[in-house]
Amino acid sequence: MVADEDKVFKALADASRRQLLDRLRRKNGQTLGELCEGHDMSRQAVTKHLNLLEEANLVATTKRGREKLHFLNPIPINEIYMRWIGKFEQDRVQALHNLKQALQEKDQ
Amino acid sequence: MNEPHNQTMTEFVYVTYISSTPQKVWDALTTPEFTRQYWARNIVSDWKPGSKWDMANIDGSNTISVTGEVLESRPPSRLVVSWVSPENVGNKSEYSRVTFEIEMFGDVVRLNVVHDQLKAGSEMARGISGGWPMVLCGLKSFLETGKAPSIMSIKSCSASAQAKVA
Repeated sequence: MVADEDKVFKALADASRRQLLDRLRRKNGQTLGELCEGHDMSRQAVTKHLNLLEEANLVATTKRGREKLHFLNPIPINEIYMRWIGKFEQDRVQALHNLKQALQEKDQ
Repeated sequence: MNEPHNQTMTEFVYVTYISSTPQKVWDALTTPEFTRQYWARNIVSDWKPGSKWDMANIDGSNTISVTGEVLESRPPSRLVVSWVSPENVGNKSEYSRVTFEIEMFGDVVRLNVVHDQLKAGSEMARGISGGWPMVLCGLKSFLETGKAPSIMSIKSCSASAQAKVA
């Protein structure tokens, strides 16, 4: 499925789906069963969310034997990043991000 | 959290869709004249199974940053290479593997990149997980528009410019 930007933003506009991406960021290549563990979403709901994420190309899957493994595919997010943040602003944005992190760490 | 990271393996799967042809995508990945434009590296090999391949800096030093062996080569649809830092060439456990699959998907090309057999938490795993998204975005942009918005190339250009001044 060719990801258009509407699909990417729609897929990201949901806390449960962002949480699934977070889980894949922490541990890439999980099965549906693993992704269902530890929260109260039904298996059907997780499946539906994963399908939406896959259609938006935010999740890539591979088959390992009988298992389907899910991977975080950050390419569409990177494209959005490149489009609006761009190459020249990257260093400044990174500097601001580092500053924010450093200040937040001090506050804690 | 306290798993021995030298035993836990990790892998990454990236998918991107490019308005191009499989042959052009293959050429863009395997020809230094192209890779230097969006990857800021010369990717060099004869791409025959068993041959060596190298990723070399374009700052004039020609320093090799990654090297390996061509494991499978089926132009323009499938390329598998091993991947290792030059200083770890003698160490089997430091080798990871990259598989490129190039296929038509409707009227665009679907490029699937799998980087596996990586040690979880290793410097290489961290480096490539930041690197591939930029390289693949650069490749897409290069093939679709002829220009590559490569942050890496700008960084390495300014670094080499500073090196020349110093």
